[in-house]
Amino acid sequence: MSYKCGSYHIIEKTAISAGIYSYVILCPDVAEEARPGQFVHIKVEGFTLRRPISICDIDRRNGSIRIVFEIRGHGTAKITDSNVGDNIDMIAPLGNGFTLIENIASDRRIITVGGGIGVAPLLGAAKVFRESATAIIGFRSYAQIILANDFKQSDVHVITCTDDGSVGVKGSVVAPLEAELERNDVDMVYACGPQPMLAAIVKICESTGVKCEVSLEQRMGCGVGACAVCACGITREQKESMLMVCKDGPVFKGEEVLL
Amino acid sequence: MNKINRDLTVTVAGVTFPNPVIAASGVYGFGESYTDLYPLSLMGGISCKGMTLNPKEGNTPPRVAETPAGMLNSVGLQNPGVDVFINTHLPRLKKEGANIIIANIAGETPEDYAEIAGRLDETNVDMLEVNISCPNVKKGGAAWGVSSEGAALITKTVRAATKKPVMVKLTPNVTDITEIAKAVQDAGADAISLINTLFGMRIDIKTKRPILRNNAGGLSGPAIFPVALRMVWQVVRAVEIDVVGLGGINCAEDAVEMMIAGAKAVQIGTAIVSDPLAPLKIIGGIEHYMDINKIKHIKEIIGTVQPW
Repeated sequence: MSYKCGSYHIIEKTAISAGIYSYVILCPDVAEEARPGQFVHIKVEGFTLRRPISICDIDRRNGSIRIVFEIRGHGTAKITDSNVGDNIDMIAPLGNGFTLIENIASDRRIITVGGGIGVAPLLGAAKVFRESATAIIGFRSYAQIILANDFKQSDVHVITCTDDGSVGVKGSVVAPLEAELERNDVDMVYACGPQPMLAAIVKICESTGVKCEVSLEQRMGCGVGACAVCACGITREQKESMLMVCKDGPVFKGEEVLL
Repeated sequence: MNKINRDLTVTVAGVTFPNPVIAASGVYGFGESYTDLYPLSLMGGISCKGMTLNPKEGNTPPRVAETPAGMLNSVGLQNPGVDVFINTHLPRLKKEGANIIIANIAGETPEDYAEIAGRLDETNVDMLEVNISCPNVKKGGAAWGVSSEGAALITKTVRAATKKPVMVKLTPNVTDITEIAKAVQDAGADAISLINTLFGMRIDIKTKRPILRNNAGGLSGPAIFPVALRMVWQVVRAVEIDVVGLGGINCAEDAVEMMIAGAKAVQIGTAIVSDPLAPLKIIGGIEHYMDINKIKHIKEIIGTVQPW
């Protein structure tokens, strides 16, 4: 792990849905190192704790990264006071990203499954695979849909789900995932979203024997593995232990996560 | 201004630190997380994560909550155990050029403390910091630190088990901190560090659940600095042994205040969680303070408070 700590320039800010913002940050040294699934840890003026936000997309050529996040409380709301031209103080890139399969066979694919704001960290991963990726994205209703076009623009096949059926498949991401896995051509499932959704995905992947990685969330302190507050229960080699979401995650193998 | 002759060294319990800024136990792990940013040799000292005899998994998350000008934590002393420290972290810290290395030790029983201190006595660790102040464990920890008898018993036990300098870390969650400090001094401590966190709580008003899974936890950060400063000032006047001040120090001015109150050195905790570069900024700020006030030796300011 090699991370930077510094002040970086905001070059783009967009409100992409109610309470959801997209920022593009110029940070060539971070973009160079960053991998899909890693996160940035943002200092918020007037708050003791930084806010961890997953990296949505990485543009090495432009030396920038994109983050997409939801206003959850006063801290994340405060971040959105920052505008293009302002600087953002962040530690990045942090954590372990997704294990990206190299040289995927032409008749094989990967699936990303995201719920709500959980679709954000999956864009960067799906883009690596382009047409060999299927993104299943789930939201409460049409108004909450984000990033669908970003996936499509990268030639990723998109299946949209809404709880109320206002767009796409009615219901959760689970049924479409099951249907997709029946085709027996999936090498890996990458998932991020609410805990019950992740638990269901892990179960399906286990029963179908497909490898799965999930990105977890936890209230975080230092972000670099020193303060031990962002613990999560993980089973490795039949042994259950408390690992740190910031340093050991945020991406974990589905079968080792205790959801 | 004579920058070349600027001297930041301080001595605590006979141990000389190259500068008075020490990473507080709990926020710095075993020094492995910040080497991407700067060499550990820049720190005056490092107080390592509280270690117990056997590995400890700590409390169920969430373990942290934001508070006005601070944070609550309930880690619960998660650590790999003293042997991993001795075999892995201590040699690495020495190899990486860390200056003064302090082992923070915690236990449930006096026997635990004695055993850990005994094992560390045979190593090249520079100092022991005895944690009788952790609010987040069910047994031991602060249970020892809230009474003069308990504090004295653990201090005496550790004192008998090691020849290393012994610093005892006190909890602020007591009626009269000076009584505990005196008891610890009389029991053979070489130094006192204070304060550990203040016991606090937050509740999510939507779910009516405490934010911490442990319901309550330790409050740290700038919010507690005035309390820490007052307690350090009181303890410095009550005992003769060296005092190290900590609790919410967030900038060089806070560190200088703490030393003027009588602290021989300072520990930086939550400020590092907010800003990994905080210790370096504080060291730089102390140097700047010395330059503009024509202070050659930082020792000159210790205990210079002029109370009304």
